[in-house]
Amino acid sequence: MGDLLRPFDFEFFRYGLAVATFAGALCGLVGVIVVLKGMSYIGHGLSHSIFGGYAASALIGVNYVLGAGLWGLLSALMISGVTRRRVIGADAAIGVITTASFALGLAMFAVFGRRGRSFDAALFGSVLGVDRADLWAIIGLTVAVATAGFFGYRRLLFTTFDPEVAAASGVRTGTVDAVVMVVLATVILATMQVVGVTLIAATLVIPATVARMMTNSFSRMLFLATGIGAVCGFVGMNVSYHADVQSGPSIVLVGAGLFTVVFVVSGSRGRRRTAGIVRRSQTASVDAIGSRRALS
Amino acid sequence: MITVEAPLVRLAGVTCAYDREPVLSNIDLVVAPLQFTGIVGPSGSGKTTLLKVLLGSATPVTGSVHRSRDLRVGYVPQVETVSWSFPVTVAECVLMARTRGRVLPWRSRAEQSEVEEVLSRLGIGELAGRHIRELSGGQQQRVFIARALLGKPNLLLMDEPTSGVDVRTRHDILHLLDDLHDLGLAILLTTHDLNGIASHLPHIVCLNNEIIGEGTPRQTLTADILERTYGARLEVLEHAGMPVVLDEFHHGRVVPPRRIGA
Repeated sequence: MGDLLRPFDFEFFRYGLAVATFAGALCGLVGVIVVLKGMSYIGHGLSHSIFGGYAASALIGVNYVLGAGLWGLLSALMISGVTRRRVIGADAAIGVITTASFALGLAMFAVFGRRGRSFDAALFGSVLGVDRADLWAIIGLTVAVATAGFFGYRRLLFTTFDPEVAAASGVRTGTVDAVVMVVLATVILATMQVVGVTLIAATLVIPATVARMMTNSFSRMLFLATGIGAVCGFVGMNVSYHADVQSGPSIVLVGAGLFTVVFVVSGSRGRRRTAGIVRRSQTASVDAIGSRRALS
Repeated sequence: MITVEAPLVRLAGVTCAYDREPVLSNIDLVVAPLQFTGIVGPSGSGKTTLLKVLLGSATPVTGSVHRSRDLRVGYVPQVETVSWSFPVTVAECVLMARTRGRVLPWRSRAEQSEVEEVLSRLGIGELAGRHIRELSGGQQQRVFIARALLGKPNLLLMDEPTSGVDVRTRHDILHLLDDLHDLGLAILLTTHDLNGIASHLPHIVCLNNEIIGEGTPRQTLTADILERTYGARLEVLEHAGMPVVLDEFHHGRVVPPRRIGA
């Protein structure tokens, strides 16, 4: 028991644990919309794209949140622009632009050296260097996203389920989608340090998918995914300390373990519930970034 | 003195295009109160686009759409386009009609009773807590009709309401729509089913990017109009005073219908 509690003696661990728990909860909450709107690939791509901005801002010494945030926004606009012109498909546009951005970040680090914030931390996550300010930032973001989700619940539900009828019913679906994209980019930025860009998509997708296997209700799925994400963050951080593995892989592996357990326990019913959203995730990225489907 | 009620929607010279490819061309259409119309035509003829123009979710390239001030549209999408794995119960789905202007996530008592009332009216009151995928095809249609009705529409637009359902469910849906029409609702639906649906409706629009014909089934389900609509020769017979469309050809001549077991 003493061994289990020993890391709590260290301030860096306590901060890291709290940040990982809130980051997990936040990713779980936002992940519900990401999964149900079929935006998993966009989340994955956006996190990789942001790495290019992270590398550039580390090299030129500007605030990484600002640099990586602007880079991510630019990538999202490029993806949207290419897709709207139907030059290539949305999935191909995401693949090309975001992986090129990721590769550019790797190349910059290779050519100019690894200055500034940790290269490994950005890729795989680390809680070393997490301080009180990071903790307050993630708490503030979690409260802001939860508040937006509370007051925008009905619009979010209608827009996610049936965007066309929602728009025809007077819901500003464009605004809802834009807010979702901004929140997604902000969450990726805020949790990048703990989870790492290569694994953020998993922390978005796993809690929501596990929650979907457990419930048929949208509101319960939001609560469950938030809780599951928080548990994964908390347990994953402890595993990270004791197993001496980076925080990102630990959190994701805990989530994957939980997914396996729920997958087995929920049986065919759980698998049926997720079957459709997996199919949707594979095919609906186009809609999520504004490409129009043929209507007739 | 004859009074003519103002139309709910009037389309004049409407043309719609996707990527500069016209889907609807120069459409003139009037949707009047209490109208009950079926839009028929081949795949890609612009049926769904026409519904979306009426709904307001597709914008014409040219032409004008005039909507009555008191127009309230309810829309029932094609069941194939619905994400059935989405975590939503019947009651939650119906309540989506009460989204605009609502801030709190939970339903009020008044909303709860409204949802119960509309579900009971459609005969699915006991299904409120069920997930939408756990329903039969006819029940699923009723859920989306209930959602549309909760918005208290005076025009109901339905995209292929009987697609993929069995004969009995198709009859049930037709009877339900007939009842709703009798209660004062204008209904406009698209269908591929000429014999099972279209021929039972009082008014048909034959569409193939442009309006080929419009009128009663007798006026529109003719060999000439159907050939121009579908691009294939179809034979029209009459049964119990209603047109029956056949597409069975052998060496260019129709095989006459034969009663099985006669």
